[in-house]
Formats: sequence, structure tokens, C-alpha cells
Amino acid sequence: MNPTISRRSFLKVTGLTIAVSVTPFGYTLLNAAEKKDFKPNVWLHITSDNKVTIYIGNSEMGQGALTAKSMIIADELEADWKQVQIRQGGAKDAYKNPVMGAQITVASASVRGFYEPLRKAGAAGKAMLVKAAAETWNVPENECKAVLGTVKHEKTKRSLTYGQLCEKASKLEVPQNPPLKKEEEFRYMGKPMPRVDVPEKVRAKAVYGLDVNDGNVKELKGMLYAVIARPPAYGAKPQSFDQKAAEKVRGVVKVLQIPQGIAVCATSTQAALDGKNALKVQWDKGTLPDMDNAYIEKLMMADLDKPGAKAHEVGDAKKAINEAAKKVEATYFVPCVAHTTMEPMNTTAYVQADRCDVWSPTQNQTLTLGMAAGITKLPPEKIHIHTTFLGCGLGRRAMPDFVPEAVIIATAIEKPVKVMWTREDDIRHDRFRAPMTHRIQGGLDAQGQLIGWSHKVSAVSIMKYVNPKAIKDGIDPYILWGIWNGPDSPHWNDSIQYEIPNLYIELLLADLPILCWPWRAVQNGPNAYANECFMDELAHAAGKDPLEFRLQNLKNNKRATRVLQTVAEKAGWGKPIPKGQGRGIAQHACFGTWIAQVVDLSVDEKTGKIKVHKVVAAVDCGPVINPGPLVEQIEGGNILALSTALKEEVKFANGGVATSNFDNYPVIRMSEVPEIEVHIVKSTDKIGGIGELGIPAVAPAVANAFFSATGVRIRRIPLTPKTVLEALKKS
Amino acid sequence: MISLNVNGKTFRVDVPPDVPLLWVLRDHLKLTGTKYACGIGECGACTVHINSKAQRSCVVPVGEVKGKKITTIEGLSNNHPVKRAWIEEQVPQCGFCQPGVMMQVAALLSQSRTPDPDKIISSMDDIICRCGTYPRIKKGIRKAVQLMRREVKKS
Repeated sequence: MNPTISRRSFLKVTGLTIAVSVTPFGYTLLNAAEKKDFKPNVWLHITSDNKVTIYIGNSEMGQGALTAKSMIIADELEADWKQVQIRQGGAKDAYKNPVMGAQITVASASVRGFYEPLRKAGAAGKAMLVKAAAETWNVPENECKAVLGTVKHEKTKRSLTYGQLCEKASKLEVPQNPPLKKEEEFRYMGKPMPRVDVPEKVRAKAVYGLDVNDGNVKELKGMLYAVIARPPAYGAKPQSFDQKAAEKVRGVVKVLQIPQGIAVCATSTQAALDGKNALKVQWDKGTLPDMDNAYIEKLMMADLDKPGAKAHEVGDAKKAINEAAKKVEATYFVPCVAHTTMEPMNTTAYVQADRCDVWSPTQNQTLTLGMAAGITKLPPEKIHIHTTFLGCGLGRRAMPDFVPEAVIIATAIEKPVKVMWTREDDIRHDRFRAPMTHRIQGGLDAQGQLIGWSHKVSAVSIMKYVNPKAIKDGIDPYILWGIWNGPDSPHWNDSIQYEIPNLYIELLLADLPILCWPWRAVQNGPNAYANECFMDELAHAAGKDPLEFRLQNLKNNKRATRVLQTVAEKAGWGKPIPKGQGRGIAQHACFGTWIAQVVDLSVDEKTGKIKVHKVVAAVDCGPVINPGPLVEQIEGGNILALSTALKEEVKFANGGVATSNFDNYPVIRMSEVPEIEVHIVKSTDKIGGIGELGIPAVAPAVANAFFSATGVRIRRIPLTPKTVLEALKKS
Repeated sequence: MISLNVNGKTFRVDVPPDVPLLWVLRDHLKLTGTKYACGIGECGACTVHINSKAQRSCVVPVGEVKGKKITTIEGLSNNHPVKRAWIEEQVPQCGFCQPGVMMQVAALLSQSRTPDPDKIISSMDDIICRCGTYPRIKKGIRKAVQLMRREVKKS
């Protein structure tokens, strides 16, 4: 994939260029050839060589955004996929996602945020090309038809290619509301298209951030490799270090202290690592040296006994629960989990007097650019962000805290430098999925209908160290995604789906120094876990089948009902299962999409080991663009979610992170992966996201299946053999 | 100076013998298809072939591979059944672990043309893919086996 192409060099080529200018109030289609200053969002460029080039501002981390977004444009443009080439766009205000207000690839928003503008950009291009053909032939426009990159006039058997028409078309006005195709006319949308990034990844031509070097980027001649000795505990400061010993290591060029730690720059990675080891840094104890897992869990459980900040209230939950025929209460705990993207964090920077170049596997171009500008004091137009391929994202790279240090070092040494995080740095300085405790009280009427739900959450804040202003009246909105989210939120369906007449939601932010940040699906994961485990407990208390109980409380929720019914049918819900096995169900909605899952598992009561046999998913995301990657995303998300349900928990000790690498952070591997079936529910409702939807409903379906197999409730994850054995012993 | 035979070419590198082969490949030879992800031989992203055997280059000192035949993902032909299968089955998502995965699979299939499911799992359980492409890897292996069979028939 070519890195960024400057707008100027790009516009030298004649042809038809359609851009989309996005503002908070909507978007406008522009003919880029006509406008001198404009802020294009998506570029669609048709050139006389009959090529259609599409520029995408999203980061590609395997989710298929480049392909899916290009399919939308190419379809409405009626282009031949063979003539389409796709390029990664640079970092520009213009690529900001209308849903997110930033150029950031998160919240499963790449497609849903751009669906309409992309369609219209393609359709406008087609309309202009048809008009140009009609004018050329002097025939009515409605006699001309665009077919696969050619405009045809059937009556006279004439045709012109888009390449031949583009220059004439570029002189025309851009229609703002061009007619869109009907679903049955779609050529690419809804059909499985191979991902454009796959061949270069297989042929080892794809350049990830970690691969950037003077071999593949000429400007980096003479670059250095750097690693940083980072504090072992939160808030720890260096007391002493042996700079001379590090400088003596062969290949070490420079040792410098920066806010992030002690940086060692060398002519190779190994020399930098050896230099770092030679530093023998002595650190102080940090801000909370007593913190370990027991400390965290105890503090967060104790928080649940305190009053929290009110997030949302409907009716009178307290009264309803007090007067309920049946009351249920349960407390759940979800620990920190790490991102551990296979490519550790890294960034390469080169700062010169009049420009700054940053090569980074970032999910957040807006913030990456802002950070580089803040350090170099250069104006944004002199900062060039080159987004590389991302070796997995999972949300981690939306916080580009790996960028400033590279820019700081590059500025100081006046040479290009690549800063690499070791796997140990990557885990110990991760910003984890926020740990949470939940206490939920529920009330059922005499018919077993849910009449009251009171939900108290304690969590480590996500926004506290990033953007404290986002916390209003004690509410960090990110923490509650999946329980409650305001109607004005872009994540408009990230709320409990059940129809609960009396609902009360309150939040406490735990006073802990742990750095947290969105992790695939953000808190929809832990929140769906608590909601859906509790629904299972309520169903049990009501003496009802878990599916039936859910449907009964979703009477007016068409999409949730549909995914539940589909998953139940496909998984054979209600049919007998082999002896010793358990079956669990859960549903969740977020990022504009609905999902339901059924999990079949068995438990070895001697070893405590859980074997997951099968996972079934049913998903309704509205119109489907590229079904292949959609299934891949759900499949992959399900596997990651199984990993968190069964294995993953970050360990803390002495006020810092004790977990360091895959030898002490077990994650799911091939032998533990069950059969996974993904069913797409056909839907013409509003389009939703996909990237994160494989996460939320899996852990609760596992926990509910565990109960179905054993009759025992474990109210925390992961369900490791140790946790399982302890619970079975107690029961 | 250490002399290395990588992808059929001879390279001479001036590095201490205890430097892991991985860093020599990536930093000195600019063969960045071989990935760093754990540095302790736990994940398989750095897998290369040393005398046709799959090895974790992050834990192999470069001094130990003198005179041995090293193949990296760049040296595996684009026409290799595993690479073709990986494209046909759309195996990669982020793709970062896949060079190591493909090298592991290529070594497995060079030992056994039709590995049974248990053999596949025991051979592949040392690799980690965070995107969760495991089902696709299994499909990719099945496809590669088919492609290899067809090649044998043709020849």
C-alpha cells in the first residue's frame, strides 16, 4: 500500500475528483477539480487511464474497512472492481468520521459512519459521467446507462469508458442528491469480496509500524533503534541509573532521560536492549506500592457499599423491588484484561527544522497529529502522519501514547528513530480494559415479569487520565456503554435492551492508579456480562426458560427478539443436549447492531477445565456490505471473548503490573477454539457496526452455560480451572 | 563476521554470536516479514525454517545457525500452496502473526502431506493469533493440502 500522496501531486492528474466535506452539520459533495481550498473526506478520483482511485482515511487492522468502504463507492459508481485501486489516506481533519468527530478508527464506526456519504459520492460520480456521455452524444441522459465502468447508449450501440469521460465530467456540477441504487441493483454490496489487503499480507509485502526502516523508507537513512526503560510501578520515578554502562555497550549511540523513562538509542534493536539492561535503573516505589489484585478487588467491592453518582433513572426502582413478589441480588467482578496486540506498540519519527514525519500503526490520526504538533511546535500542515498497517488494534492504538516519546527522542537526537516497546513494555504499560464490579438488584412480579432493576457499578475510569473534562457529575460515560447511554450518543443503542419500567443506574469511579482505555467493545464486554448473567439468574428465580424470559421482556424490541429467535433456532435451543454438557444464551446491542449467542460446553469436575464445544451467533447489523469479513469479525471476536471468559486476567504486584509476557498471560490457542457458527439476520434497518460485536454476548453465554452444566453460579471471570474447582468445592 | 545462508543467498553480518537471529534478519538484512511479538518463543510470530525445520528465530542465537540453511517468509515462493491457500481462504485479518503461522504450516506440510487434525492442532498450538483466525488457519491448511495433492498429481 502506498503511503500518503500529497494533494498537490495528486491534483496534477486530470480527471474527475469527487470529495466529501464533512462538518458537524452534515456533508457536501464537491468537485475537487473546481475548488481551490476544500477539505476532502473521501476521495474518489477517476483518471484518463480508466483507473478509479479511492482514498480511505481509516486504519486497516484486519477488519476490512478499506475494502468495505471502497465497495460502497465502487458499487454506486458502477465501476468495474478491476479498475479500482485503494489507497490509505493521510492524517487530515477532512477524514474525520462524522460519528466520532475525529479521524479515528474505533467504535465499529468506519462503515456505519460513512455509509450514506460514500454511497452518494459514488452515485454522484456515476450521474456526472452519464451526463457527460449524454452531452457528448447529444442524446437524452435517460437513454444512457452506466455498466461496469462504461457508459452505453443502447440505441446507437455507442459506449465510452469512465476514463474517456472523466475530463468532461469534471467540468460538471456535482449533484447533491443523486439517485441511489436499489438493493437488487447492488453489484458489490452484500456479496463476499476478497479483502484488498490480504495478498500483500500473505506475500510479506505489508509494512507494519514495527517494520518501518531505512530499507523500505528512503528518508530514514541513518535511523536509530530505541527502547525505553519504563517505571515498574504506577507513578515510579527513576532514582539512579548507570548511563556510562549503557553507553559502553557496542552500538549504543545515545542515552537520554525523557518523561516516559530512560531512552537508549542504538544502531540496532539488540544493542538498544543490551543498553537498557546495562542501565540498572533504581526506581522509587510509585504512588500505591501496596496495590495487587487482592487490593483492587477488595477496594472495588467495598465501593459497592457506598452511594454512587446517579446516571439514569426511570420510575422508582427501589420501591418496585421492595414490593416485588421475588427479589434477586447478585454481585459480579470482571478483572483487567490486556490488549496484547501481536504487534507491540511502536512509532518511527523524523523531525527536521521544517517538517516532522511520523510512521505509526495508529488508530487515531487526529490525536497522533496533535501530539506531534504539540511537541515540535510545527504547524499541522508540516506534520506528516504515515499510517502503516496495524498488527491488530483492539482499541489500544486509539490512544497513541507511543507517539510522543518517538517525537521527543527524534527531536533531541536530530536523527530518525524507531521506538519499539518490548512485549513486556506492551503489557506492563498497556491501558487495560477497565476492571469492574457490578451489584444488581432485580424484582419480579407474581407472573415472573421484570418490574425493577437497580444497578450499581464500580470501575476504574477510562477518561480520568485522558480527558477528565469528559467526566460530568461523577459519570464517565465510557464505563456505562452497554448499560445506559444517552439518546444523543453516537452509540445510540448501547443500553440495556429490556423493557424495565423501574430502572436505576449509579456509578462509582474507583480510586486506583491503573491506566485504562477502550478494549474491543469497550465496557460493553463487562457490562453485557453482568446484565446477561443477571437475566439468567432472574429467569431461574422466575422459574422460566432463559430464552423465554428474555423474549418476554423484549416485547417491543424487534431486532433483539429476532437475533434471539434466530440463534435459538440455529443452536437447537430447547432440544436435549448430551449429558454433562451445559448450554447458555445471551444477547446484547451496541454500535448500532444486535447480537445473540448460544454456547455449549462441558466441565471436567476433577480438573476444573471447561471445554467449549460450540458457539453460535446471530447478528443483525442492518445492510451488509461485505459478508466475508463480517463473519470473520464475529468469529474472531468470539474467540477473543472466549479467551477473556476462560483465561485472561492481568496480575498486579507492588503497585505495578506483574504480568509481562505470554508465558504468564495465557491466551486462547487453537486447541481450545470450538466450532463457531455465525448467522446474519437479513435486515433493512439502519446500518450498524461489526468490529466489536463478537465480544459482548460470549462471556455471559459461557457463564450461563456453566450454570446449566453444574448448577453453580460463578460471578466473576475468567473461569479458570482454579476458580471453577474452588466454586464446585464450595457448592 | 558471521556468514549466513538466508533464502539461498549468502550474507555476512558483523554482530555478536549471541544476538537472536530475529534481529539480524529484521535490522541487518531488512527481512521484516519475520515478526517480533514476544521475544521468548511463546507466540510463533518469528518462525523461520532452519534446515527445513520450523524454529522460533527470537530464541535462536545467530552464532548457532552458521552454515545452516535459513528460509524466511520472503523466501517461501509466492506460488507455494500455503501462500495460495492463505489468499484463497482469506486467512489473515491484521496479518501480523501470519508469516510465522505460514512458515509453521509449510514446515508441517513438508513433513506430512496429509496431517490429521490432532497433528495439526499439536503443531499449531504454539502460535498465537490475537485476531482469532484459528478457524481460518485450519481451513487454510486443508486448502493447502488439497493444492499440494493437485500438484503431486500433475507432476
